[in-house]
Amino acid sequence: MPNLSLTKTPIPKQPVEERIHNFDEVELGYTEELALEEASRCLNCKHPQCVQGCPVNNMIPDFIAQIRENNLDEAYRIISINSGLPAVCGRVCPQERQCESRCVRGIKGEPVAIGRLERYVADRHYSKLNAKPEIAPPNGHKVAVVGSGPAGLTCAGELAKIGYKVTIFEALHVAGGVLVYGIPEFCLPNYVVQREVDNVTSLGVEILTNMVIGKTLTVSDLFERGYEAVYLANGAAWPTFMGIPGENLNGVYSANEYLIRINLMHAYRKEPDTPIMKGGTVAVVGGGNVAIDAARAAVRLGAEKVSIIYRRSEEEIPARREEVKHAREEGIELMMLTNPVELIGYDKDDPKYGFVKSVRCIRMELGEPDERGRRTPIPIPGTEFTMDVDTVIMAIGTVNNPLIKKTTAKLEVNGKGGIVADRITCKTSREGVFAGGDVVTGPATVIAAMGSGRLAARSIDKYVKAKAEGNAEW
Amino acid sequence: MFTIVKKRALTSTVTLMEIKAPFVAAKARPGQFVILRAMDDDERVPFAIAKCDREAGTVSIIFRAVGATTEKLAHLNEGEAVQDLVGPLGMVTKTEGVSRACVVAGGVGSAIALPIVEQLKEQGSSVTMIVGFRSREEMILEDEFRAASDRLIPVTDDGSCGGYGSVTVPLKELYESGEKFDLVFTVGPLTMMQKVVETTRPYGFPCTVSMNPIMIDGTGMCGGCRLTLHRDGKDIVSFACVEGPEYNGYEVDFDEAIFRNRMYGKEELHAHEAACNLFKKEVM
Repeated sequence: MPNLSLTKTPIPKQPVEERIHNFDEVELGYTEELALEEASRCLNCKHPQCVQGCPVNNMIPDFIAQIRENNLDEAYRIISINSGLPAVCGRVCPQERQCESRCVRGIKGEPVAIGRLERYVADRHYSKLNAKPEIAPPNGHKVAVVGSGPAGLTCAGELAKIGYKVTIFEALHVAGGVLVYGIPEFCLPNYVVQREVDNVTSLGVEILTNMVIGKTLTVSDLFERGYEAVYLANGAAWPTFMGIPGENLNGVYSANEYLIRINLMHAYRKEPDTPIMKGGTVAVVGGGNVAIDAARAAVRLGAEKVSIIYRRSEEEIPARREEVKHAREEGIELMMLTNPVELIGYDKDDPKYGFVKSVRCIRMELGEPDERGRRTPIPIPGTEFTMDVDTVIMAIGTVNNPLIKKTTAKLEVNGKGGIVADRITCKTSREGVFAGGDVVTGPATVIAAMGSGRLAARSIDKYVKAKAEGNAEW
Repeated sequence: MFTIVKKRALTSTVTLMEIKAPFVAAKARPGQFVILRAMDDDERVPFAIAKCDREAGTVSIIFRAVGATTEKLAHLNEGEAVQDLVGPLGMVTKTEGVSRACVVAGGVGSAIALPIVEQLKEQGSSVTMIVGFRSREEMILEDEFRAASDRLIPVTDDGSCGGYGSVTVPLKELYESGEKFDLVFTVGPLTMMQKVVETTRPYGFPCTVSMNPIMIDGTGMCGGCRLTLHRDGKDIVSFACVEGPEYNGYEVDFDEAIFRNRMYGKEELHAHEAACNLFKKEVM
């Protein structure tokens, strides 16, 4: 008999008044009892729409059925067929726009909490993990992976499992890419990412940190060093600004910088030397997950007031619903249909000269839909107003980094600087060079990057073996 | 980990450190820098590459213990290691076609000038060098600069080296005497570089400045190093870590850059004090 509750089984969380003072994970995860309760809400549809809604077509009803049987090893095995990073995706996927948006239970009530169940399976799996993963004997082929984010880790892991000697080249001093420097501890704890990284190294993958491809070594250098294929998965993390006056004032951060100081350099703890501006009034510009993450981090750093300024309405906010809800619970003000037009600094005779003092905004209304179907925000004349701020965080998106393009001959890029690659084969314009994840698509989701890493591994395997037999086509 | 193979005190407060980093040494060119992290929990701090020995696989940095990281670095010894070192970062100095260069360097930042001057010398350019320090004791790399330049003009705040006061005094004298340069290159404190640019502007010689903004990753991810360039009536934002650190000095908004470098003045002072306490050293 299925559980007919119209709402998701609530997930235990840190109480708001506690969590705004720490960076620990907010959602604590389902217990066995709660997971069984939620799993029995799944109707095990004959033609499951949730699977179609998942970018990697996870066999969702199948793994949920195994949870009901308390057969978690089998549940994990089923997820693993299509997903490499379930502990991560269960936490950060925008399920409300993917699997859960298609769930029949969502027609009348809330959909099955697929993300929470996926996380439950992955966390339980790791908490009792001791078996060594199966690895094929070495096949003698070497592959280089550039970047250790979700796409790179997945591709490297998949190739290692089938016998490849894989080296990941990471520019920063730790592996994990955006999972480490971008997503805060309270959404995705570092230990969860580290587990995935350890998982990949336990398959024999070598990770070299402090290696900027395009600087320390070029793509050509990698081929000269005997790598037979190169997978570019270095993301798209060049922050953009609005181009309004005052953006270079002190106290104005890109969201990347703000979150890197916190997540990568641990500026929120006492011991590290990396400084960050804390407290006061904080305005975050943007409506994506990064904007929400930055705003919630600001709360935890002791800000008295945090506002998110977004030019469209709450309906259009691209961030995960769950995180918007959390942000609101944590006292963050959502200033919708508002856009900054200028950042104003302190006067010359003020001791804080050089720092941002206020932000001048204008109210917006929504006009006609653009080519992507999103209604275009239009400024309403005469509605400007000014609000005082101590810190402004620009979270309006990132674009591609030019480093690899500049130093790699014959590598085609699109108008936005993204590497042109086939979505299925991941092949670029240069033989032996594959690419996937954000570096191809522009900023997207962890699961899309992970999916691309899997496709790339298959395609690289095919190419390297064909090449060894002397009949590789490009 | 990156082993410190040599450590040498250049003055009582300035240290040269030669660090094993074969990948970086194989690629480093004049004008480039590295980012290093002395230990876990330390900041990522950029340092100019002062010397590079491809055969030994080492790069050398020169620093004064003015902050928490440099203080901790100064307490590491030969045989010990720094946690992380990444590079070479930034663009390479453009020296092609330069026949008469004037290199104006000040303070500990003049380290980055050494490979540039050596490169100019190697390609047969005539090089005049003006170096500015607080006093004779503070002067670094004198022999190296003398060997790599055709003419070395040292100035100090106290006149202990002959020249007195600012580097722009002899610089202006050179210009006034009719000397012509097809490259004026300057590196050092921002206020000094700004003065060099303004001194040079009326003469119109190409003037390159080597900027030293605050940065974290050094690969274009944080944007902390951004600066404004005034070009053709427009303001352009540039990330110095990837697009710099060298710029056309006439375009750089120095006032903004000076403010940006002071953003964490208070926090840096505090962190340095904490580091000094750690080593039971009196804060200077």
